[in-house]
Amino acid sequence: MTIHVVVNGRPRDLEVVPHALLLDVLRDALDLKGAKRSCDTQVCGACTVLVDGLAVSACTYLAVEAAGRSVLTVEGLAEGDSLHPLQRAFVETGAVQCGFCTSGMLLTARAMLAENTKPTRDDVLHYLRGSLCRCTGYRKIVDAVLAAAEAAR
Amino acid sequence: MSARPLRVVGHPVPRVDAIEKVTGRARYVTDLTLPGMAHARVLRSPYAHARVRRVDVTRARARAGVFAALAGGDLTWCDPYYGPAYRDRPVLAIDVARYEGEPVAAVAAVDEATAEEALELIDVDYEPLTAVMSLDEALAPGATLVHAGQPPAGHFADLSTLRPRPGTNICHQWSFARGDAAAELAGAPVVVEDAYRFPSVQHVALEPHAVVAAWDETGALTLWASTQNPYSVRVELAKMFDVPLARIRVVVPHLGGGFGSKTYAKLEPLAATLARAAGRPVRLAASIPEAFQTVRRCAARVAVRAGFRRDGTLVAVECESDYDVGAYADIGPRVVQKGTYTATGPYRVPHVKLDARAVYTNTTPGGAFRGFGVPQLAWALESLFDVAADRLGRDPIDLRRQNFLAHGEEFAPGDTPIDGKLEESLGRAAEAIGWTQMPAADRGRGVAAMLKASVAPSVSEAIVRLHADGSVSVLASAVEMGQGTRTVLAQIAAEVLGVPLAQVTVVQPDTAVTPYDQTTSSSRSTAMTGRAVQVAAEDVRDQLLAIAAQSLGVALRELALADGAVVAPSRRLTYAEALALKFGMSGGELIGRGVIAPGRTAAPLGGSTPFWEMAVGAAEVSVDEETGALRVERYVSVADVGRAINPLLLEGQDEGGVVQGLGHTLLEEMLYADGHLLNGTLLVYRVPRADDAPGDLECHFVENADGSGPFGAKGAGEGSLIPVSPAVANALARLTGVRLRELPLTPERVWRALRSRSARA
Repeated sequence: MTIHVVVNGRPRDLEVVPHALLLDVLRDALDLKGAKRSCDTQVCGACTVLVDGLAVSACTYLAVEAAGRSVLTVEGLAEGDSLHPLQRAFVETGAVQCGFCTSGMLLTARAMLAENTKPTRDDVLHYLRGSLCRCTGYRKIVDAVLAAAEAAR
Repeated sequence: MSARPLRVVGHPVPRVDAIEKVTGRARYVTDLTLPGMAHARVLRSPYAHARVRRVDVTRARARAGVFAALAGGDLTWCDPYYGPAYRDRPVLAIDVARYEGEPVAAVAAVDEATAEEALELIDVDYEPLTAVMSLDEALAPGATLVHAGQPPAGHFADLSTLRPRPGTNICHQWSFARGDAAAELAGAPVVVEDAYRFPSVQHVALEPHAVVAAWDETGALTLWASTQNPYSVRVELAKMFDVPLARIRVVVPHLGGGFGSKTYAKLEPLAATLARAAGRPVRLAASIPEAFQTVRRCAARVAVRAGFRRDGTLVAVECESDYDVGAYADIGPRVVQKGTYTATGPYRVPHVKLDARAVYTNTTPGGAFRGFGVPQLAWALESLFDVAADRLGRDPIDLRRQNFLAHGEEFAPGDTPIDGKLEESLGRAAEAIGWTQMPAADRGRGVAAMLKASVAPSVSEAIVRLHADGSVSVLASAVEMGQGTRTVLAQIAAEVLGVPLAQVTVVQPDTAVTPYDQTTSSSRSTAMTGRAVQVAAEDVRDQLLAIAAQSLGVALRELALADGAVVAPSRRLTYAEALALKFGMSGGELIGRGVIAPGRTAAPLGGSTPFWEMAVGAAEVSVDEETGALRVERYVSVADVGRAINPLLLEGQDEGGVVQGLGHTLLEEMLYADGHLLNGTLLVYRVPRADDAPGDLECHFVENADGSGPFGAKGAGEGSLIPVSPAVANALARLTGVRLRELPLTPERVWRALRSRSARA
């Protein structure tokens, strides 16, 4: 079947099978490799993308559910060569290590900041419960999100 | 030149790969696609132990879209065994499956779905056998044997003498003695002893193991692998396929975490075998549950006795440690002997007796995991140290300080003298946690220390190339798995050559291009690979200086490198100009070479550690007496690193180490029942989340530039993890009087202990 989706601002008509996962369509059909496959069970957050601004686990989200909606992946976060404030904060704060969780962390944080422009540390901790990182111990990620929120104000 | 202030080294510069990682452009193995690439899936044993009577892959092979379907019996055209300690592990089970999840057959097909469907067409006739699932079962008299025969040795000189004990499940035994521990313990006025248990845990690198393997028309093999050891993988494959080392190429893109799980060959032998059979490139990407079936940390039980004089002087330690290495040895024997070697921790102990056994069980193979055998023993010794402090009526910090090895003191004859200041780390930790001030009534504090050797002997080589435009390539095979090694190596080259960091490119490891490096593990990359890069860059520097001295007619001692130029008192020569002078044209390059190869020594493990990794942890905890939930409210880690080449990355690595340590301290344990792993998925295996990390976490560094690495650096990255569990348990004991000896410190265990304490009272 054909679905119409806007991906990173660009309208697309995609031929997908009904059981195709959004993650596979993004990675294989659109060559957007930033979203990562890891737990396959909506626990780790490495595959997180935004659908109409809401964070979803692309590993368990059917591509057809995205029909008529707008999908944002990490590749669409920067505006041209200008990094998103979250990306900049992640770089400067040292919130990136292996990078496998990074795209999911960034998009989850972006969804949060859209809801809550003045998050407290506890707000960030709560929002990131669905995003695992095995490298950083989280402190620098939380610092980066708070710094980006501050910078955006 | 050494007195010159450092320009790049020692500065918290952002990592060189940060932009590609925040924009989604960084490439990992599973992001790669080759023309004609097939996708593999693996059929795994549903039994912990079974005779594999027959595997029939004919129906799978006949299915449309399938390029290859293999079982162990098909592998007559290669040596189907591999393993770094013993070559005891078949690529696919041969006659016997020794753990649940062991690969029994595999399919390469046009896509993963087709491969998965083809697995269902494979018939396997299993005869279930009695399984030994724990140390206790495997060591019981008359226990079922995991391996009946004697496996051939692996490829490491220091492990070449290893032999299993025939007729038992003991895969390796290692002993070390100094003085007369038994006599001293018999006569010591204060003797403390206890037995401790450490659980099996999984690394949970967010990127599970993945490989793409391709044979070319000349019979050469290329792999793109998520490995920490491209050169070890190359050796294994060369042996399996009887191919010269030069014809095997292992390329390593970014790794999505490693932590030891990607040391030594894991899925590479199977991927290469399938690619050969399929006659096309094959991609084999594991899932997280398959990672749980690939490698884990060795569970351990440790019995330790320590004897003290009345004045608190430690005189003797006896330690018996059994490690569960699972169904195949992997690097388990080295984990066991290297971990046990430092069982006495960072203390002066004149009389020592250590006995360690690596034990086969019918579980996922146990191998390397951050800390490499030391967390298991530090958990025991550092818990016992606090018990001793109580018995002696001493402050735990004070008792440790009294017994610490001093800077320059010998740890063992022939090994490297202690190259750090433990008392400084302990003092910093005590100050930061506020040890001398009373904690709040509902808080308790505890400390722990650790000492760890790096692998020795080991070899690192590097090449530095200065190009005609003054830019620099660093060729080294240290793997970037998040720890920041590419950044650190770039900083070292930039520092030596006087160029901006942006002028330096660190080439991704590729055994056809980047020179030999033994392993990215053991916290060794900064100290060993970094030192090789420093020497290679100095080689280029010396060539530049020689060109400039000759062409400017200036003495060498009057020249220095700065801002991409050789600077003489009266004029400067840019690198581009220097190269043009040397080559008489605008091409050509300078090539520098660095080799760090300390060789074998008389030290007990056959080589002297290039540095000692030393760290102290201090925890402040609270406990909910109603539920037993233990919370680490504050944590301070202090590591003696010699010099922080990049303080930002180092701090990040140690923060991650602490939180990973909290995993096995509070949450993580691979649980088996009735021969099955119960929690091999992230739905039920809980790793620390953001809200599990201590609200107040500080990582400090002692920097006395006393390491053998570049600019006085030592290795780092494992040390912060190791003291976590004993520091937390010691804090719990000081808060509640309850001493727990088994990890993780789950609410149930804490609650039960609190309840039995109340019942006693």
